[in-house]
Amino acid sequence: MLDTVFWPLVKIVVLLNAVMVSVTFMTLLERKVIAWAQSRLGPMRVGPYGVLQAFADPLKLMTKEDITPANADKVMFTLAPILSLVPAFVVFAVIPFGGDPLYYVADINVGLLFIISVTSIGVYGIILAGWASNSKYPLLAGLRASAQLISYEIAVTMTLVSVILTAGTLSMVEIVEAQQEAGIWFGFIQPVAFVLVLIGGLAETNRAPFDMPEAEQELTGGFHTEYSGMRFGLFFLAEYANMIVIAAVVVVLFWGGWLRPFPSVGALALLDYIPSWIWLFSKMFLVLYLFIWIRATLPRYRYDQLMRIGWKVLIPIAIANVVVTAVVKVLL
Amino acid sequence: MATESAAMFDTDELVLNMGPQHPSTHGVLRLVLRLDGERVKDVDVVMGYVHRGIEKLCENRDWTQIILLTDRMDYVAAATNNLGYCETVEKLMEVEVPRRARYIRTILAELQRIASHCLWLGTHAMDIGAMTVFLYAFRERELILDLFEEYCGARLTYNAMRIGGLPLDIPSGWDDKARAFCDIMDSKVLEYEELLTNNRIWLERTRGIGVISGADAISLGLCGPPLRGSAVNRDVRKDEPYAAYDEFDFDIPIGTRGDTYDRYLIRLEEFRQSIRIIRQALDGLPEGPVMGKVPRLLKPKAGETYHAIESPKGELGYFIVSDGRATNPYRFRVRPPSFCNLQGLRPLVIGHLVADVVALIGTIDVVLGEVDR
Repeated sequence: MLDTVFWPLVKIVVLLNAVMVSVTFMTLLERKVIAWAQSRLGPMRVGPYGVLQAFADPLKLMTKEDITPANADKVMFTLAPILSLVPAFVVFAVIPFGGDPLYYVADINVGLLFIISVTSIGVYGIILAGWASNSKYPLLAGLRASAQLISYEIAVTMTLVSVILTAGTLSMVEIVEAQQEAGIWFGFIQPVAFVLVLIGGLAETNRAPFDMPEAEQELTGGFHTEYSGMRFGLFFLAEYANMIVIAAVVVVLFWGGWLRPFPSVGALALLDYIPSWIWLFSKMFLVLYLFIWIRATLPRYRYDQLMRIGWKVLIPIAIANVVVTAVVKVLL
Repeated sequence: MATESAAMFDTDELVLNMGPQHPSTHGVLRLVLRLDGERVKDVDVVMGYVHRGIEKLCENRDWTQIILLTDRMDYVAAATNNLGYCETVEKLMEVEVPRRARYIRTILAELQRIASHCLWLGTHAMDIGAMTVFLYAFRERELILDLFEEYCGARLTYNAMRIGGLPLDIPSGWDDKARAFCDIMDSKVLEYEELLTNNRIWLERTRGIGVISGADAISLGLCGPPLRGSAVNRDVRKDEPYAAYDEFDFDIPIGTRGDTYDRYLIRLEEFRQSIRIIRQALDGLPEGPVMGKVPRLLKPKAGETYHAIESPKGELGYFIVSDGRATNPYRFRVRPPSFCNLQGLRPLVIGHLVADVVALIGTIDVVLGEVDR
């Protein structure tokens, strides 16, 4: 009872709060990093160097009026932000923050498949939000989101197959352990797959340069045009939580998860004294920083161009990568 | 059977109202788009939301007061508006402008061109999603506004010229600051180029988007960079030199394909050419007065005249009729480049996607204050 119900619940509560807090600080980090890229200071007024801005933003959203448009489908309109938020949080259940069972909520044997399926549900939130708002700009955004979904999802899933082939398992914990046994992070064995997953991850989280569903310059905010207050905030919570998920998945699959650098070099065993979660978090931070950096630098693709990249470039490369991986695996 | 399936998959066009409150319509421009999916089938361009009746107002003000009103047309390029108007009246009155004043006017007009292009570059890039360029461009625009502030005290609506010359000479040390700015701007243009010119996404978003042939551009009455982008060599500064442009060495960049990317390249090259003109003007700045001999009470003799200059956005022309009796114009009419270029929006937009519409509004570089007047 204690092991099957109580401790998992405690872990879930801790994890949920940790995710919430990291999301708020993620928004601050994004504002700060983009500000530095643009030779500005970013938020400076709330607390020292603006660090309390992370709490001021959600507080503001919570106190704002929550408007439901008169002609919106009220049930779906309410459901949509929840539907995009919940999957983003659920995925954290299978992210291992360390090798010890203490550091993960669940290690299910199809962990990676679980992640792929659950994160895909999140897009329905966006599509439903666009549809339920009964407004033209969100509708276009919803269409874009669905077009985007089918363009990158296949490529990403195909790519993950090659990682599964390399690791020989679907469990997130075992994938990291496989990297420890191999003595090399899969990012070096599967660099193509890493790049594909990163691109797919940008599309998955609606990040620049693939942020067409919420392109504020074209669709005035896209799917969340009609949302206000904390319901709008939920979409943002979901977006940033998704970013953290993608960063975690990328790190676990390709950069050794909680492992220290050079896991097979005994001379560096001293590094093992640094807790496993610190390794994971610092690697995730680098991936997240890369996401923000990309957003500050690149213009936005058009959604037909994303579909073209998805179908004509990413999917063929992903399939070729799977074939090559399979052949090499058989030959070795 | 065929008709039945056609009825089953009945398609309908979506009428999308873009603006007047929309982040990318650069002011209060309203577009009524007819969409097939995201593809634009037709567009109605609706304008007039900032119509203030400036032309009529000008007919009821005396000749000097009008300068202040011209500031309010293209409010991101007030100095060139002043210049066009003052030169038109000078032409009407046959006033000789001192050479020093003509030089300083050229410097101000070219600084204004850089400032206006900075604003264009920032917003255009922002529309396509590259938000950092926006802040970089505004950073440099700020330096120009500082120069203008030091010269005439204002940062946006300068009222910086007078009929017959200039109200003020440049303050001491101003020319060194302007030179320093030229050096800064040289390196900053490279920075913009680094971010955009060879950027794959930028190329895909601008190349082949909004192509217009030279003949079409002429028949639509386009002017400025949209016209030169379509390989038409027309620049009032070269063709009908005014101010002191005939004394300087500069090139007019011409496009080849007539697409958004060409228009982008042209404006970037115009940054460099403007810097070149400013440097030459600062080096050769003659001594002397800045105000010509003008009567206290301006009362041009009866007659009419048209005079055009090359504003940052294209050919800015003033048509003024004086009846010879009153101290205000009998008829005042502006040929605004933004208005004429906006004519080109409909043929440019049709057939493109919604995402391209904002890029095309950006590429023709309209200021709604000037379109509506």
